[in-house]
Amino acid sequence: MTPAVATGERRRGSRILGSAAALAVVLFVVSIFIGASSASLADVIRDEGAARTIFVESRLPRSIAIVLAGASIAVAGAIMQALTQNRFVAPSTAGTTEAAILGVALVTVVSPASAVGYKMVVATVFALGGTLLFVWLIQRVRSRDIIVVPLIGIMLGAVMQSIAWFIALRFSFLQSLYAWLIGDFSGTIAGRYELLYVVGAAGVIAYVFADRFTLAGVGRDFSVNVGLNYDRTIVGGMVLVSIVAGITVVVVGTIPFWGLIVPNLASLLVGDNQRRLLPIVAAVGAAGLLAGDILARTIRYPAEVPVGTIIGVLGGLTFLYLLIRSRS
Amino acid sequence: MAATSGTPTGSPAPGSDPVLIDVEQPPGPASERSPNTVLLAVGLAYLVAVAVFMTYDIQGSLSFALELRAKKLLAMTLVGTGLATAAVLFHTMTGNRILTPVLIGLDSLYILIQSVSVAFFGALTFVSFDERIRFAVAVAIMVAFVLVLDAIFLRRAVTDLPLLVLGGIVLGGMFTSLAALVIRLIDPNEFLILEDLLFASFTLVNEELLVISGVVIAVGLALVARVRRTLDVIALGRPTAISLGADYDRVNRRLIVLIAVLVAVPTALVGPVTFLGLLASNATYELTRSFRHHVTVPISSLAAATLLIAAQFVLEELLDFATRPSIIVGFVGGIVFIVLVLREVR
Repeated sequence: MTPAVATGERRRGSRILGSAAALAVVLFVVSIFIGASSASLADVIRDEGAARTIFVESRLPRSIAIVLAGASIAVAGAIMQALTQNRFVAPSTAGTTEAAILGVALVTVVSPASAVGYKMVVATVFALGGTLLFVWLIQRVRSRDIIVVPLIGIMLGAVMQSIAWFIALRFSFLQSLYAWLIGDFSGTIAGRYELLYVVGAAGVIAYVFADRFTLAGVGRDFSVNVGLNYDRTIVGGMVLVSIVAGITVVVVGTIPFWGLIVPNLASLLVGDNQRRLLPIVAAVGAAGLLAGDILARTIRYPAEVPVGTIIGVLGGLTFLYLLIRSRS
Repeated sequence: MAATSGTPTGSPAPGSDPVLIDVEQPPGPASERSPNTVLLAVGLAYLVAVAVFMTYDIQGSLSFALELRAKKLLAMTLVGTGLATAAVLFHTMTGNRILTPVLIGLDSLYILIQSVSVAFFGALTFVSFDERIRFAVAVAIMVAFVLVLDAIFLRRAVTDLPLLVLGGIVLGGMFTSLAALVIRLIDPNEFLILEDLLFASFTLVNEELLVISGVVIAVGLALVARVRRTLDVIALGRPTAISLGADYDRVNRRLIVLIAVLVAVPTALVGPVTFLGLLASNATYELTRSFRHHVTVPISSLAAATLLIAAQFVLEELLDFATRPSIIVGFVGGIVFIVLVLREVR
């Protein structure tokens, strides 16, 4: 690659990052001022009625939670794709999400009264177990095949989901499991979302180590040759992914395809260099989920549709379109 | 038409990818079992399963028990045959043995149909509808979905496996997230009724529907039997099949309709049994090392029926109805699948 091309690409990358970030900021502001009860900026400043309480206790936490979740789920997907060198591997196609769900189902039965923090730890540990099992499996298969790898993840996820369903059916909480699975921010208020900051921190750590993930993705021999501790990098990356998946599944629920769509969209725009890609993935992830949540809150105003459903349908259609376009 | 434009110039044809597991894999030198021996063994296993299932621990009225069990057996045999045959045909069509028609989102679509119906009509009203109408509507929607999908992009996807697999995953995810929204809105008491519809159950199957499904599946099998030699050629892949004189694209276009019917009918009859077809067909390929349809279709159908009977038996006698057969099949099927891929790809 000639320096001129590299500079041109970098400039293009910064432009895209700039517009995505600006879009995220605009949507964040819009998101804060949308809701069933009115809380205009003037009311908040004058502390009229309940406006300030609504603002501080509900609006702001919700928008912050969306940014943290949207950005970090997308970044988690990008890390998995870098580590496995497969565009179609994401927490939802590697057994990670289903493992977290299984963890939550088990906690619900064993100690239903346990604190949210405890549930999150269990979900994260399960997510990590599921992900490492997946990594172990695909390393044994030694296939880099674009279909075989995610298909193994999907099957692994199916096995874990069947155990979770077994438990949920046995103890009659299948409907609540379904309800809780759809990503939804309507319950996000101050005091109920703060653990998502941990998820945000995981995203930042991922950015710091982005180059190593790219190297490790090339393969064990190559990474060892250039002086990288391969196993530690893989496990480290998967720990980050599992923290994100475990915590977001408990606090927010699942956002279908998010870890799959956003990184693929971003790499269509700027290519595969992780260090350049990750900030854009984070910005697009945050902006996209903010937009989805705004739509979820206005489509049947003042009632809400879970954002997970909105993303499941619109995101799915977008992804199908991208898929068909990129192959024709 | 669309199929010819499916292979873009520049990138290699998907079929030539060496890591894909092809149906036309040459038989391994080690296990040269005659297909007839395997057919005999699987047939025997089926008969043993039937015998045990019919006679084990009968209490009370003998005729009542036998009639009830015979109905269940018939349902399980039909479901196994339909799903296993559909899986084999799908493998023939795509030239890849680890795919399943379930991947194009049919199970999720069934769950969505049931949830929306229960939410819209109310569970009791919906359940009181004529079962034949509910069955016909579900089958029609599922088959129509496959036809629309085929028109939009499946035809190209057959020559473009990643597109097919990912498109299926995404569609399944879309249906699931819509169903999850509907399920959230349903009254918990009504959900208990919906729950019965969401997981395959063989305990209460309508006799008339059993007959209708039997006829449809028998017709499907007869069609397969008639064109089995063409199918053997199709399984060799597009270039080879065409050079051997088969009208590859036309046959495939009809095959997708047959597959849709063979999946939709069992699913509408008892509910989704994910992975059964995949499991039975792959076990058959392993045992026979053959891809000829006069071998694979009967053996995998028998194997699928035997598996279902075994799952149902374990469920009734050992687990005391603790769960649903489809959950057992999903659990065992997923594990077996992973083991198979681990052994195959290396």
